[in-house]
Amino acid sequence: MKSDALNIAGKSYGSRLLVGTGKYRDFDETRRAIEASGAEIVTVAIRRTNIGQNANEPSLTEALPPSKYTYLPNTAGCYTAQDAVRTLRLARELLDGHDLVKLEVLGDPHTLYPNMVETLSAAETLVRDGFKVMVYCSDDPIMAKRLEEIGCVAVMPLASLIGSGMGILNPWNLAIIIGEARVPVLVDAGVGTASDAAIAMELGCDGVLMNTAIATARDPVMMAGAMKKAVQAGREAFLAGRMPKKLYSASPSSPNEGLIAKTG
Amino acid sequence: MVTLEVNGEQLEFASNPRIADLVAKLALEGRKIAIERNGEIVPRSRFPDTWLADGDRLEIVVAVGGG
Repeated sequence: MKSDALNIAGKSYGSRLLVGTGKYRDFDETRRAIEASGAEIVTVAIRRTNIGQNANEPSLTEALPPSKYTYLPNTAGCYTAQDAVRTLRLARELLDGHDLVKLEVLGDPHTLYPNMVETLSAAETLVRDGFKVMVYCSDDPIMAKRLEEIGCVAVMPLASLIGSGMGILNPWNLAIIIGEARVPVLVDAGVGTASDAAIAMELGCDGVLMNTAIATARDPVMMAGAMKKAVQAGREAFLAGRMPKKLYSASPSSPNEGLIAKTG
Repeated sequence: MVTLEVNGEQLEFASNPRIADLVAKLALEGRKIAIERNGEIVPRSRFPDTWLADGDRLEIVVAVGGG
């Protein structure tokens, strides 16, 4: 299993679990959960700094050193291509030229469903601008293919709505996307518990990105460990190749021969 | 008087500041920040020699927890 690395934009990662850094109680819990998850890539948001804040206030970059983790700045909260592009240009400046980013352009504050028209437009601009774009998208196979053709380095369809924890709602669409893609496919959004992550990986996803499922668990650090194992188990099950399903046709695992003499 | 709009708040200066002066006034020196002035990124290396003018709009951002 050592050679089974996740390759994104020419770089190898040992972990196929990517995690967000939001919704934790404090930076200490963030750090402990992310350590337990084994994730190497962590998403961060870009926000206005507080004017007049305490200069000694702890910061995310201190809790999770960018030298130890690969930061994946996102465009959460952006509803237009223009705002998403501006946000990621700021992120690149903030992170000293780091160009691996997560693009997400939302279409509706209630569902946080992606606006694919704006997403395609932003992806074109960002790719032209030299960014390596991992893109949150709908589970529409045509959209995923189009994003790949634009030059995105990974497509990340939703499993269900962001933060909903409803799990893998459309494995059939995900399977089509996985079957067609020539770039890594990661399920982003919707995972609620460990079995959801395992199902995504068993489908053949290259990785899973999650935040709420870990951060809002009763014990985030324990859930982070569970997710790590689920992603590994799902991946190994996928590589091992599951047995075919046999509808209404049982097959005993024990020999049919050599049974003791029947009574009576 | 020079008035700047910084992250949506009005800040007043007696004379035109440089971005480096603004960063110092806000006690953000040494912090991992990025700054946009009137919609254009100003690289960190240009903070000491970028003079700000009355009415300039600035966005100063940091990385925070997010998914």
